[in-house]
Amino acid sequence: MAESTEELSRVKAEEPGAPRTDVRVHPAPEPPQAPRTPTVVVDDLHIIYRVYGAATEAEKGNAANALMRLLKRQGRPQMKEVHAVRGVSFVAYHGDAIGIVGRNGSGKSTLLRAIAGLLPPHSGAVYTDGQPSLLGVNAALMRELTGERNIVLGCYAMGLNPQQVREKYDDIVDFSGIGEFVQFPMSTYSSGMGARLRFAIASAKAHDVLLIDEALATGDRDFKRKSQERIKKMREEAGTVFLVAHNLDVIEETCNRVIWLHKGKIKMDGDPKTVLAAYNKG
Amino acid sequence: MSQPESAIADAQAGGPSDGTPAKGQEPLAELAARHGLRRAIARPSLPAYLRQLWERRHFVMTYATSRNVSKYSNSALGQLWQVLTPLLNAAIYWLMFGLILGASKDIENYPAFLITGMFVFTYTQRSVSGGAKSISGNLSLIRALHFPRAALPLAYTIQEFQQLLISMGVLFALVLATQEAVTWYWLLIPVALLLQTMFNVGASLVLARVGATARDLNQLLPFIMRTWLYASGVFFSIGDKVVDSAGLPQWVADAMYANPAAAYIELMRDLLMQTHEPRPYIWSVCVFWAVFALIGGFWYFWRAEEKYGRG
Repeated sequence: MAESTEELSRVKAEEPGAPRTDVRVHPAPEPPQAPRTPTVVVDDLHIIYRVYGAATEAEKGNAANALMRLLKRQGRPQMKEVHAVRGVSFVAYHGDAIGIVGRNGSGKSTLLRAIAGLLPPHSGAVYTDGQPSLLGVNAALMRELTGERNIVLGCYAMGLNPQQVREKYDDIVDFSGIGEFVQFPMSTYSSGMGARLRFAIASAKAHDVLLIDEALATGDRDFKRKSQERIKKMREEAGTVFLVAHNLDVIEETCNRVIWLHKGKIKMDGDPKTVLAAYNKG
Repeated sequence: MSQPESAIADAQAGGPSDGTPAKGQEPLAELAARHGLRRAIARPSLPAYLRQLWERRHFVMTYATSRNVSKYSNSALGQLWQVLTPLLNAAIYWLMFGLILGASKDIENYPAFLITGMFVFTYTQRSVSGGAKSISGNLSLIRALHFPRAALPLAYTIQEFQQLLISMGVLFALVLATQEAVTWYWLLIPVALLLQTMFNVGASLVLARVGATARDLNQLLPFIMRTWLYASGVFFSIGDKVVDSAGLPQWVADAMYANPAAAYIELMRDLLMQTHEPRPYIWSVCVFWAVFALIGGFWYFWRAEEKYGRG
């Protein structure tokens, strides 16, 4: 089945560019260093968010104005579009650990979500090998429920089956170190305990392409160390890792390539030393 | 296992776009195709989609149960409310329509008639309104994790189904208390509930897709639901009121009886109450709506699978 879809997409890919049918016969020259296999290809990606209820001062949000706009057929003025990612292209190879840096709102998290296939592109495309997954299950958990129930719910949300959940359960409780609190609702947890349990659940699954958003290494010093070790282990197991962080030390330590995003575009892409030096200069 | 089979979506997207080649050798789309990479966001074929959904059945069930548990977790009586809520509802309807408004004159065993109608209608109503919110209210979940999106409206319907099972227990007790006897027809009740559930799943899938883009639906839905409530003969007999009292032609009554909510209500009344007069073709109407809604709903929802999450 995998082969047949591969064939199909190959055929599809060649249809529009008719003169380029020689691709398979004479493969285009690889990037100079080595024949590395690409795992993630981002091709001129644009992501546009729709945001509701963001009226400017000129168009105040009262009912009369809303009616006038409707009568004048001005459409939906409260709807603003945010162009979060504007034409990003790059290729990630097997074994890469890519750090993504940039100011707040430069599109880092949006880019990660698009690579994970969770945000539909406005134009352009993301091609991946296997299913990239975002490290994080916060959205699936429910504060009113006990830690026990949330562990099960979170594991199912990540796509584990009942047997895997039973196998991982004790490990998750141990790793989070919350002890008997696992029987209390998560709403009674301190913020550190909540973060620890969430990280323990999220990191219980192995991934092909791993996407790590920042602010994961939370909790006390002990847990920080434990979670960094686990991220390191997951990185070794995964084929390709993307890491978003504001802590540049972490990126310099763990990544072999850094992409600097600025206002939704790639400002720089290269080895960590050069890019981070430029980034620090502003 | 959750890898998208992207053939169809690729065709829909009009093939890969001509991106600017980053390294100046070949378009990225061709590089990706040469190495067998697939679109990160792509709609699987319908059979593959159903298979993925089946693999996520544990998530659907756990999510539904969890939502039900967390709903009452802050109250002192806790899960007892799952029984108390339908009981109190039944009491209020009976007080309002049975005693004060006096709608019960021509109908035998009005309490059973009313409460059956109310519980059956509430199941459909809550499933459909839940489905309308299931995508738009869970954007953070959709933007964080990978799963067939139909799992969400499905979980909302199953949540209501669990609630309904408790309501049905209350309903049986009330019906028995109002001098109805247990008959062989009661064995068909699970079949009736299955048909209604099929319809509810389909309808909530349709509204989930509509609600994902049309923000105003949640404002409008209460009015649609109230109209539906009145059109379905929950607390009056459609035949009596529409034809005999209001003097409207018979086809208006027939059309109202053919609407899915009225059909499932009438079917349940036929099964539960001996005094209730069965409608002709009631089973055919119920089966038609169940199959039509389920198949149509899944197809309609699946068509936009890759677009959910944009907001």
